[in-house]
Amino acid sequence: MSAPVIKVRDLRREYAMGAETIRALRGVDLDIMVNEYVAIMGPSGSGKSTLMNTIGCLDTPTSGEYWLNSQEVSTLGDDELARVRNREIGFVFQTFNLLPRATALHNVELPLIYSGEKKSERKRRAEEALELVGLGDRMDHRPNELSGGQRQRVAVARALINKPSIILADEPTGNLDSRTSEDIIGLFAELHDKGQTIIVVTHEPDIAAHAHREITLKDGTVFSDSLRQAA
Amino acid sequence: MPVFEAVRLALQVIWNQKMKSAFSVVGVFIGVTFLIAVVTIVEGMNNYMEDTFAGALLGVNTFGVRYRPSVNVGDTPREVWRSWRRRPRITFEDAEAVAAGLSVPVITAVESESNASVDYEGTTANNVRIIGASDSYFALKGWNIQEGRPFTEQEASFGTPVAVIGSELAEVLFGNSDPLGRTVRIRNFPYRVVGVVEKQGNVFGFSLDNFAVAPALSPVKRFVNPPRIVDALLVKAETDLLMRAAMAEAEAIMRRRRQLRPATDNNFELETSDGVLDFWSKISGVLLAAIPGLVSISLVVGGIVIMNIMLMSVSERTREIGIRKSLGARQRDIMRQFLVESATLSTVGAGLGIATGLGMAKLVAELSFLPASVAGWSIGAAVVLGMGVGITAGILPARKASRLDPVEAISQE
Repeated sequence: MSAPVIKVRDLRREYAMGAETIRALRGVDLDIMVNEYVAIMGPSGSGKSTLMNTIGCLDTPTSGEYWLNSQEVSTLGDDELARVRNREIGFVFQTFNLLPRATALHNVELPLIYSGEKKSERKRRAEEALELVGLGDRMDHRPNELSGGQRQRVAVARALINKPSIILADEPTGNLDSRTSEDIIGLFAELHDKGQTIIVVTHEPDIAAHAHREITLKDGTVFSDSLRQAA
Repeated sequence: MPVFEAVRLALQVIWNQKMKSAFSVVGVFIGVTFLIAVVTIVEGMNNYMEDTFAGALLGVNTFGVRYRPSVNVGDTPREVWRSWRRRPRITFEDAEAVAAGLSVPVITAVESESNASVDYEGTTANNVRIIGASDSYFALKGWNIQEGRPFTEQEASFGTPVAVIGSELAEVLFGNSDPLGRTVRIRNFPYRVVGVVEKQGNVFGFSLDNFAVAPALSPVKRFVNPPRIVDALLVKAETDLLMRAAMAEAEAIMRRRRQLRPATDNNFELETSDGVLDFWSKISGVLLAAIPGLVSISLVVGGIVIMNIMLMSVSERTREIGIRKSLGARQRDIMRQFLVESATLSTVGAGLGIATGLGMAKLVAELSFLPASVAGWSIGAAVVLGMGVGITAGILPARKASRLDPVEAISQE
């Protein structure tokens, strides 16, 4: 069996909030394999956002180990973390997080700018990614000229552009109606079929139902971790 | 991201926020406008003083042997005036002796002048410079005769009443008809016009073309100076060095003629354009010295304004910064983005300032006698200053932006 994409050991994260110390993660252990489709669930305050931010290298743990692709990232500095975010992780956010003044094409290009690709190469790959999510005819549109579903497709195209090890989606359908939600979930299923590792953080059971594995957090620890038979 | 592209993006941001950008660069804009306008006018004056003013009035590589300076700049004390007045005048004999005694190759000519009216068939031109001179005067002045000819050596030595007139005088007296061969009256002496000098234009609004040159020994001698006296012997050499050599010789000849003891000061003047230019360089020095102070005040103010606008911009764009960080932007990428933006903003302000400053200088030059001439260094300095102010003002905001925590930044509404 190959090494896991994500290996987390005794991960802890504490925040100082005034005099109080918030312990958001209290020792999480987790292994996620290549091409898994994982849903992370849990009530608010369960630590799922913190876990996602840590897995996404936006946040560093207070203690514990985090291995991404057999590289220990819990000890990396800011610049290296930026590099990991750029190459290994594709984010999809609830609020899309597109740059409002930039076109769809430029939004998708952004990660390539930070990985130092040449302009022509950037354009070619960004166009390719937008074609892949079915927005080949919307490249020059700005976010406010696109529907919610289309915006999230742009975000998915952006997440895919650097061929990341994992797609990390935080409530990806939270701002979408049920039909467009299905669209996006369908897109995730397609990507998963092509071999993509996907982690979705959600509190909606319908969305989690599409994943093959469901991890529930509670009070900063893993409460349950179960494989689903049918997908 | 290559710098060129970063600048393009920065320009886009600036363009998207035209109003805010315009306000934020006002300080830099004013500073640079002032810098360019003043330097352009001073530079114009410099060129003007050196080429036109000194050249036209006193001549290049030319000195005059006079009894006192003809052009006085700055304050001359009373006693000096009094001592000048007591000096013996320069005579034709002095002039001939100096001209004959110079071993350096030069052109020499005597010159005496006075203002008088000139009439032609009922038309009168007032306040015309009447110059009594040698035949070599035209060559010495480098004047081109546009019509006709200069007067000859014979005419000069016989004192023949012939005159070469300036283009403005020709225009006033004759209009479009041919002045050559006509007889004009200079202070009632009849003179035949033999030539017209090419138009020379103005110095500080005074026409250089309102004159008549006649042989020094012709009837004008009766009013331009007392008998046997000339205003000056003008000496023109090929180079400054030859002129200095000729000046030394002329001084020696004059001192010998006047039997001055070694300890005695000259009781005559060897006048070049140096005095005028020295005086001007003092004035322009003061003007240029005032620039750094005034410009730096507005640039500092401009820098503070830009810094505050950029700090505001960082706050407003916290989310954008968070997004960029989540996509792999390093601290230095964010830092550079904001530095480039602030430098571009400021440089755009400087660019507008350069354009406006040049425009203002040209406008002043159009509307007044002040000349304008663009100094390359001032434009370079303006661009460098603009960029420098932008970068300096951008450091703090850019650092703040680059250090934002991505988790907090991205969740910002």
